[in-house]
Amino acid sequence: MIVSHSISDASMALPSLEQIVRVFSLEDYNTRVVVLGVMALGTASGLIGTFLLLRKRALTADALSHATLPGIAAAFMVMVAFGSDGKALAGLLLGAFVFGCIGVLGILGIRKTTRLKDDAAIGIVLSVLFGLGLCLLRMATELPTGSAAGLSGFIFGKASSMVASDALIMAGVALGIVIVTIALHKEWTLLCFDEKFGAVQGCPTLLLDVVLMAMVAIVTVIALQSVGLVLAVAMLIIPAACARYWTTKIITMLMAAALIGCLSGWLGAVASALVPRMPTGPVIVLICGFWFIVSFVFGPNNGLFIRQLTRIRLQRRISLQHILRAMWEVCEDTQSSSFTIEDIVYVRSWSKRAVEKLLRRCAKQHVATREPNSMWRLTEKGSAEASRVVRNHRLWEVYLITYADIAPSHVDRDADMIEHVLGRNLVSQLEELLKATDIPKSPHAVGTST
Amino acid sequence: MRMEEGHSSTSPVSIHDLTVAYHRKPVLWDVDLDIPEGKLIAVVGPNGAGKSTLIKAVMDLVPKASGKVMIYGKPFRKQRKLVAYVPQRESVDWDFPIDALGVVAMGRYGSIGWCKPLRKQDAQIAMDALDRVGMADYARRQISQLSGGQQQRVFLARALAQDSSIYFMDEPFASVDAATEKAIVNVLAELRSTGKTVIVVHHDLQTVREYFDHVILLNMRVVAHGPVDEVFTDENLKKTYGGRLTLLSEAVDRLARH
Repeated sequence: MIVSHSISDASMALPSLEQIVRVFSLEDYNTRVVVLGVMALGTASGLIGTFLLLRKRALTADALSHATLPGIAAAFMVMVAFGSDGKALAGLLLGAFVFGCIGVLGILGIRKTTRLKDDAAIGIVLSVLFGLGLCLLRMATELPTGSAAGLSGFIFGKASSMVASDALIMAGVALGIVIVTIALHKEWTLLCFDEKFGAVQGCPTLLLDVVLMAMVAIVTVIALQSVGLVLAVAMLIIPAACARYWTTKIITMLMAAALIGCLSGWLGAVASALVPRMPTGPVIVLICGFWFIVSFVFGPNNGLFIRQLTRIRLQRRISLQHILRAMWEVCEDTQSSSFTIEDIVYVRSWSKRAVEKLLRRCAKQHVATREPNSMWRLTEKGSAEASRVVRNHRLWEVYLITYADIAPSHVDRDADMIEHVLGRNLVSQLEELLKATDIPKSPHAVGTST
Repeated sequence: MRMEEGHSSTSPVSIHDLTVAYHRKPVLWDVDLDIPEGKLIAVVGPNGAGKSTLIKAVMDLVPKASGKVMIYGKPFRKQRKLVAYVPQRESVDWDFPIDALGVVAMGRYGSIGWCKPLRKQDAQIAMDALDRVGMADYARRQISQLSGGQQQRVFLARALAQDSSIYFMDEPFASVDAATEKAIVNVLAELRSTGKTVIVVHHDLQTVREYFDHVILLNMRVVAHGPVDEVFTDENLKKTYGGRLTLLSEAVDRLARH
C-alpha cells in the first residue's frame, strides 16, 4: 500500500525523496488545493499589507481579524435558526466580514469621540469582540441542531479543510485585489503619504480609506480558513515589512511584498505537507518570519549588515585621515620629510601598536613608505591627501573659533568630529567665508591633544 | 449667487465672518478678509494665533464653525484647480518609499484624474518644477536622503506642478538653509511676475518687508491687513503680539470648559 503524504496525513515518518518530489510537483489533489489557496492569499495580503503598513494601520488589522470571530459564530447561529446545518462557508465568511468592519468602525468611533489614542482603542475593540466571539462560539456548540465543531478551526486555521472551490474563491479574490491595487495605487500612495494634500486636490480620502480597510477585511476573511484569525495579521504585515528592506520605491515594494507573501504561502504549504502534523498556517507565518530576519539582516535598504558595513567603512576612512594628518603635522613641526613611529605616538594619544597598524595600512595604500632606517615618509600621493585633510581640519577650526565662539583649546576635538564629513561644497563655502587659500596655521599647539 | 455686502467676487480669496473651533475651543474668531489679486501676502502672528488654521479652513481641511469662503466668487470645492498648497514639512513622514520626482508628480494627480496613470507631459511638468527650485539633480533621490531644506523645496515644486493661480504655503521658510531660502524667494518673485496670488504663513518678522507686498496680522482675529508699508507698523505688531486679548481668551477658555 502506498502511503500518501498529503496535508491531512498524520503519520510520523520522515519524507522520502519520492514524497518530496510528489509534494513539490503538486501531484496530490489536497496539496494542490492548499498551495493554490495560500499562494493567492500571500499575493493579495502582500499588496494590501504594503499600503496598510504605509498608512500605519497594522494594528487596526489585528483588531479587525479578532473581531471576525463573533461574526462567524453569529452567522452560524443565524443559519441554524433558518434550518440549515450552518456550514455554508460563504455565510460564515460574510458574518466575519461584517463583524470585521464593525471592529474597524468601533476603533474609529472611540478615537473620534473620546480622548483615547489609537492603541487603547485597538486594545479595547480587539479584546471585547474576541471575548464576545468566544462566548458566542460556546453558545453555538451547545445548540441542539447544527454542528459547530468546525468553527474553532477558524481561530487557528485549518488548511486541510479547504476544498477546490475555496481555493478558487481565494484565487478570484486575489485577482480582484491585484486589479484594485493597480487601479488605485496612485491614489493610495497619495493617501498614505500626504492625505491633506490629496484632499485639497479633491481626492476622496475618506472613500479611499474605506476601500483600503474593506480590502484588508476581505484579505483577513479569506485568510481565516488557512491561517486563522489569530495569525491573519501576520500575512498582512510581515511580507510588506520585509519588502521595506529591499527597496525605496513603492512599486517595487508592492511587487516584492506580493512575491514574498506568495513564496511564503507556497513553501509553508509544501513544508506542512512534507512534515506530518505541522499546521499549515503557523508554518507559513514562520516562513514569513524567516524572510523578515533575512531582510532585516541583509536588506540593502537600511539592513543591519549594510548599516554595519557603512559604519566600518566610515571608521576606517576616519582613522586613515587621522594618521595622515598626524604625519603631516609632525613633518610640519620638525621641518623634515621623515619621522619615526615614536614621533607619531608622541603627538597623538594612540598606542604604539595602533600607530604601527595604521602605518601598515598607509603603506598598503601607497600613501606612506618605510625607509631603511626605520623612518617613515609620506609619499607624493599621501602628501597631497594629507594636506587636504589638514586644510579641512584647520578651516573648520578657524570657522569654529571665528563664528561659533569656541575656545582655541577646545576646537581640535570638535573639528575632529566634523571634518570627515565635509563635502566639497561645504569646504568651498568655508574657503569663501574665511577667505582662505592655502593651509592656515593650526590655531592651537599641535600635539597637545591628550 | 449674490455676494455679501462689501465683498467682491473678483477677489481670489474672500472670507466672510469665518470662525473655526477645535473641540469647541475657537481658534479663529470672525475673520473677514478680501485678499488682493497678484500679490505676495504674509500671514503673521504669534504661535497659536490660527495662521495655519486660517489657510486650512479656506481649503476645507478643517471644518468651519461658521462663515464662508469664496475663491473667485465660488465655493472652494468648485475651484480646486485654482489652488495649490504647500503644507508644513513636518506634516508627513519623509521615510516613505518614494523619490523626489514621485512626490512632485503628486501635484499633477488633480488634473490627471483618478485611477489614470501619469502621462508623459505630467512627468515633464514635474521635472520642470523641480528644476525651478534647483532640485533637478535630486529627482531620483529617495526623499529621506534629502536635507530639510531640500525637502521643503520638493514640497514647493509639487505646488508649482499644480500650476494654479492661488498658492497657499504653510511656513515654507521654517528652518531652511540659505540656498533654500533663496530658491523660495526666487519662486515667489516668479509667481508674482506671472500674476499669481501667494498667501504665506510666515514666522520671521525681519523678512516681511523684504519678501512681501501685503500682510495679514493675525491673533485669533485679524488685527490688521493691507499693504506692508501701511499695516506693518510697531503699533499693529504690538497689538498682534502684545499678550493675549484678556477678554477674548477668557471667553474662549470658558467655552472650552463647558
